[in-house]
Amino acid sequence: MALVEVRNVSKIYHLGGEEIRALDNVSLDIEAGEFISIIGPSGSGKSTLMHILGCLDTPTKGTISLDGVMIQGASPRQLAAIRNQKIGFVFQFFNLLPKLNVVQNVELPMIYAGCSARERRERALEALEAVGLANRSKHRPSQLSGGQQQRVAIARALVNRPRIVFADEPTGNLDSHTGEAILALFRQLSTQGRTIVLVTHDPEIAAVTPRRIEIRDGKIAAKVDLTLAGLDRSPRSGPAAGAAP
Amino acid sequence: MNLFNTIAVGMKEVWAHKFRSLLTMLGIILGVASLVGMSALIKGMENGMKEAMIAMGGADKVLLEQQEVPSWQEHLAPQAPGRTMADVIALRHSAPLLRLVSPEMAVNDVILSRGEKRTWPSECVGVWPAVLEMNLHTLAHGRFFTDLDEEQANPVCVIGTGIRDDLFGSPEDLGREIIPIGETILINSQPFTIVGMFERYEGEEDRRQRELAAQRKNEPQVGPQRQRGWGRRGNWAFWRKNQTVYMPLNTAWIRFRAAGDRDGIPDPRLTDIDLKVAKLELLEPALQQARNVLMLTHRGIEDFGFRTQENQLDNINQQIRNARLSGGLIAGISLLVGGIGIMNIMLASINERIREIGICKAVGATGPAIFTQILVESAVIALVGAAMGVVASYGFVQVLAQMSPSANAPVITPLALVVGVAFSLVVGVVAGLFPAFKAARLNPIQALRYE
Repeated sequence: MALVEVRNVSKIYHLGGEEIRALDNVSLDIEAGEFISIIGPSGSGKSTLMHILGCLDTPTKGTISLDGVMIQGASPRQLAAIRNQKIGFVFQFFNLLPKLNVVQNVELPMIYAGCSARERRERALEALEAVGLANRSKHRPSQLSGGQQQRVAIARALVNRPRIVFADEPTGNLDSHTGEAILALFRQLSTQGRTIVLVTHDPEIAAVTPRRIEIRDGKIAAKVDLTLAGLDRSPRSGPAAGAAP
Repeated sequence: MNLFNTIAVGMKEVWAHKFRSLLTMLGIILGVASLVGMSALIKGMENGMKEAMIAMGGADKVLLEQQEVPSWQEHLAPQAPGRTMADVIALRHSAPLLRLVSPEMAVNDVILSRGEKRTWPSECVGVWPAVLEMNLHTLAHGRFFTDLDEEQANPVCVIGTGIRDDLFGSPEDLGREIIPIGETILINSQPFTIVGMFERYEGEEDRRQRELAAQRKNEPQVGPQRQRGWGRRGNWAFWRKNQTVYMPLNTAWIRFRAAGDRDGIPDPRLTDIDLKVAKLELLEPALQQARNVLMLTHRGIEDFGFRTQENQLDNINQQIRNARLSGGLIAGISLLVGGIGIMNIMLASINERIREIGICKAVGATGPAIFTQILVESAVIALVGAAMGVVASYGFVQVLAQMSPSANAPVITPLALVVGVAFSLVVGVVAGLFPAFKAARLNPIQALRYE
C-alpha cells in the first residue's frame, strides 16, 4: 500500500451560485521515500491538492488514505493531530513566528505534540543541525536571511519526524542561488529516505524530482515518471546525489 | 501543551505589548481599586456604627419602656403605675433569665459647677452598680458606690472624663492629667464629692487623632484662647458617654426627686429600667418572663414595652447592605467596562495574529489549544491588572481616609481583595471567550493566506 492513496478526489466550491471544480476526479499514489513534484500554473488546483493532501482541507468527494488512515470525514481535531504527527509544511513565505527565536520556532510543533521541554530542545537543536543552522538558534527570524529562514522552516517541518513533507513554492521567495541551495537540501533529505512533495509552478524546479504530476484545470494533465523510463535522476542513484552538500 | 506553558506564552504576549496591555489593564485596575475602596469605606462605616452601638451598651441591652396603655385598657390609664422600684425588685427575684436589671432615676435640668466653671452633663442619673456592666463603663480612678452610699444616700458621684475636662481642665490643655477624686463639685448647688472617674471613651480613629494632636503639641496658639465653635469632634456616642454623671439611686431619689414635682407628691417612677438577658439566644423567653412578672406588679395594666438593640443592629446591617449593594454595583460596572476593554483588545490582537494562528494550526495546534491560549492570555491581562489594582487600592484608600469622617476610617478587608481579584479573573475569562472562540474557529488555509 502506498503512503498516500488518492482516489477520485474532487473539491467543489460554490461561488455565487456558480460551481467551481478546483479539483476534478484526481487519483494518485505517493510511495514512501519518493521525491515528487506537483506542477501547474496558478489557479490550476495544485495548491488545493496540496492542502487536501496536507490535511489542511477536506475533499468534497473521493477518498484519501495517508499512512493507512482515511482522512476524509475526520474531525478538525483529528486532522490537527495528523498534521502534527505525520506531516511537515514548508511555505513560500517561511511563516515563522516573529516573536519567537529560531529554536523556539522549531520547537513549536512539539509543543502541540506535548513533548517535555528537554526533549523539545534536544530535537530542535538536532533538526537545526541537520539544516546547518545550529549556530543561529538564538536569533530572531528577522535577523536571518531568506535562505536561512527557509532552512529554519524546513527544520520545523522535520522536527516531529513526519511521514511526508509538503513544500509549497519553497524557493518562490528566494533568489536563484539560495533557491538552488534549498533544493539541494531537499534532495539531500530525500536521500535520507524522507518523502517530499514539492509544489511549484516552475518546470525548472520540478525538474529536480524524478516524478512529476502536472495539474491543469483541476485535473491531472500529465504524469512523468523518470524512474519507469529508466532515466532515474533520483538522488538515490543519480549524479545529483553527489552534487548535494 | 500544558497549562504552565500556556501561561508563560500568554505572559510573553502581554509583555510584548507593554503599553497596550497596560492601557487595557487600566480598566481592571480602576475596577478593583474602586471595589476594594468602596468596601473599605463601607467597612469603616460599619465599624463606626458598631463602635457607637457598643458605646451605648451593646447588643444584648434591652430597654424597658413606658408605653401608652392599649386601647382596651384606656379606662385604667390613670391607675397605671409606671416603672418603679417594685418592678426592679420583682424582676431581680422572679425573672432568672435576666442577667442584669439596672434601674435609673434621672435628675433633669442639671447644671454642674465648680468655682467659675459650669457644665451640662449628657445625663445625671441615680443608679445601682449594675449600671457599670449595663452601659459597659470602666472605672479608671477611685471607686464606684458602696451599699453604704446607697443606704445613706451619700452625696457622692462618679463622673466621665468630659465633665472633668470641663470643670478641671483637659489633659490636652494643661499638659497633665487631673484626677479629681475627693474634690467637691456642685450639682444644682448641692455639694457632691467625686469618688470615681471613668476611663476616656473614644473610637479607634478619635484615639489616633488625639495622639497625633499630642505630638504636635508645641505649635503655639495664635491669637486669643478660643474654642472651635460648638461642633463636637469625634463620635457622638463617645462624647455622650464621657459627659456622664452618676450618683447612688437613693441619693437621686432623696435629694432631688422626693422633694416632689407631681402636684407636690413625690414621683416614685424611674426614668429607665435597663435589662440584660442571660443569653442572646434566649431573648424571646427572657422577655416573655419579664413581661409575666411585670404584668403582676402592674396589676395587668400593660403600660410598658421592650425595645431591644436588635432593631438597631438590623438597622445598621440594612444600611450596610444597601451601601454595599450600590457601591458593589458601581464597582462591578467599572470592572465590566474593564472586561469590555479586554475583549476589544483581544479581538484586535487576534486579528493581527491571524497568520500566526494559521501557522500554529498548520503545525498541528488543535482548535481547543488555540482557544485555551487566547483565553489564558485574556485571563493573564485581567489577573495582572487585578494585582496592580490591589496595589492601587491601598493608595486609593489612603486618599479616601483623608476625605471621609474620622470616625469611619476605611478598612481594607482581605475578603474585598479576594472578591476583587476573583471577579477580575471571571471578567477576564468571560471577555476572552468570544475572541478565543473566533480564533479557534479560524480556517487554517485562509489564516495562512491572510495578509
